[in-house]
Amino acid sequence: MLGDKIATRDSYGNALVELGKAHDNIVVLDADLAEATKTIKFRDVFPDRHIDCGIAEANMTGIAAGMSTSGFVPFMSSFAMFAAGRAFEQVRNSIGYPHLNVKIGATHAGISVGEDGATHQCNEDIALMRTIPGMVVINPCDDVEARAAVKAAYEYVGPCYLRFGRLALPVINDEETYKFEIGKGVELKKGKDITIIATGLCVSEALEAAKLLADDGIDAQVINIHTIKPVDEDIIVAAAKTTGRIFTVEEHSVIGGLGSAVAEVLSEKCPAKLTRLGIKDVFGESGPAKELIHKYKLDAEGIYEQIKAEM
Amino acid sequence: MDKLNLMKKANEVRQGIISSVHSAKSGHPGGSLSAADIFTYLYFEEMNVNPENPEDEERDRFVLSKGHTAPGYYAALAIRGFFPTEDLTTLRHVGSVLQGHPDMKHIPGVDMSSGSLGQGLSVAVGMALAARMKGKTYRTYCLCGDGEIQEGQIWEAAMFAGHRKLDNLVVIVDNNNLQIDGTVEEVCSPYPIDEKFKAFGFHVITINGNDFDEIDRAFQEAKNTKGMPTAIIANTIKGKGVSFMENQAGWHGKAPNDEQYRQAAEELRKAGDALC
Repeated sequence: MLGDKIATRDSYGNALVELGKAHDNIVVLDADLAEATKTIKFRDVFPDRHIDCGIAEANMTGIAAGMSTSGFVPFMSSFAMFAAGRAFEQVRNSIGYPHLNVKIGATHAGISVGEDGATHQCNEDIALMRTIPGMVVINPCDDVEARAAVKAAYEYVGPCYLRFGRLALPVINDEETYKFEIGKGVELKKGKDITIIATGLCVSEALEAAKLLADDGIDAQVINIHTIKPVDEDIIVAAAKTTGRIFTVEEHSVIGGLGSAVAEVLSEKCPAKLTRLGIKDVFGESGPAKELIHKYKLDAEGIYEQIKAEM
Repeated sequence: MDKLNLMKKANEVRQGIISSVHSAKSGHPGGSLSAADIFTYLYFEEMNVNPENPEDEERDRFVLSKGHTAPGYYAALAIRGFFPTEDLTTLRHVGSVLQGHPDMKHIPGVDMSSGSLGQGLSVAVGMALAARMKGKTYRTYCLCGDGEIQEGQIWEAAMFAGHRKLDNLVVIVDNNNLQIDGTVEEVCSPYPIDEKFKAFGFHVITINGNDFDEIDRAFQEAKNTKGMPTAIIANTIKGKGVSFMENQAGWHGKAPNDEQYRQAAEELRKAGDALC
């Protein structure tokens, strides 16, 4: 419900259970992280359709590929670091190249992994997955969107990377009216001075930042890009024409992620001044997630400060 | 088993390998030739497949984990009737479906795209697991190279297959003892291969992989093995059937020139004639 706080990894686990009830061709694979990725929720209800592959992500990726050729729709899960990082080449060659119908549910993305530190904080997964031909890349911003994304991923035929987080996030979408469409950006707030394009965890923070900017007389448009690939070119171009000043915000490296996707669209379709906010080509570190989000200036205050400094 | 017929088919497969690699001016004849008898046995004796319906859900599956030996795989598929044998000489040409490594999206009869070494066995495990979960009786076969099993992912897959007791899965290791940089034991020894697979929970059968009697015995034994997957360690000769390619690491990934092609084709033609 609006105002509740829930981590999108929990949304993922809950959505798998709902989908599992409706479709008996869904199988869920995990690599000894079922408790953390929340696929344990699916395992509790459908133990025979939950396959724990042990700590072997490369093998899990291949097994998912093989099962998808034989009539199953596998959701394979691990932390983003291992699903997109460790198993990158398996995802590319065993899933991407044959365009198999495998869904990759990657949790613990970004620095909001928190205390585990840099080795487990994947700020590169969107960049990696985005380069694989035919791969859909989705980064939902709250519980409502995450559950809708899982359902949409199931209905889409082809490989799909779903990015989820560990940190509980406020629900900002109203389930009653919410519609999810792969590749369709969402304008959450109108504005005429600047545009903030955000994804994932940064969307709710961007909305709060827009309020702070409003107090300073800056009218910021806020757009949620849940699908990084294929990215919604129309909404980006329209924003460039409306405000002419774009900021992207993501819990991901500024190299290769949302900021790059938006830069590609702007430079080819409608050049406009762009500033990419995100993880600025550095590794993360240990600490409570919220403190890290603050330190790396991805909370409302940090986004506000960085935008003000640029204007 | 009609041994003579299989020997004739294997000879045709070898001719297909040589002509396709020669036409491509690149490719991997050595390991294709060593595994030619395995390809032949699988597609002309062992596997339940139908060229008229290559995607039949009930068909047996094959994953060529050592995907660079696609010339042998393609020749067997073509001769079995999945696509015209004339297509073999389009191997690796721009616009041909016959990619340098197997491409399931475009080549009839290919069950999985493969070629990046180490990945195929995991896929085969997924196919075998899917059969069990769906209550299907199809069997899954996976051909690996002896150099390829230096890849760690092979052992992740083997551990899983042994753990799940996938007795509908057969792994064949083409043990021709040569990889690009030398013999497998010089480069990074995988030996003892049999003991390793045993330790991972496999029933292991070691055979001469260029002898149809032994190949037949091994696959029958695999079929009768319950409660564990089977690994067939097929001792083979790299380049088998072409005198100047036999046991030469240099013929791992090199095409014959026109003169070498003529000599190889002539040898194989004579060998084929001798079977008639």
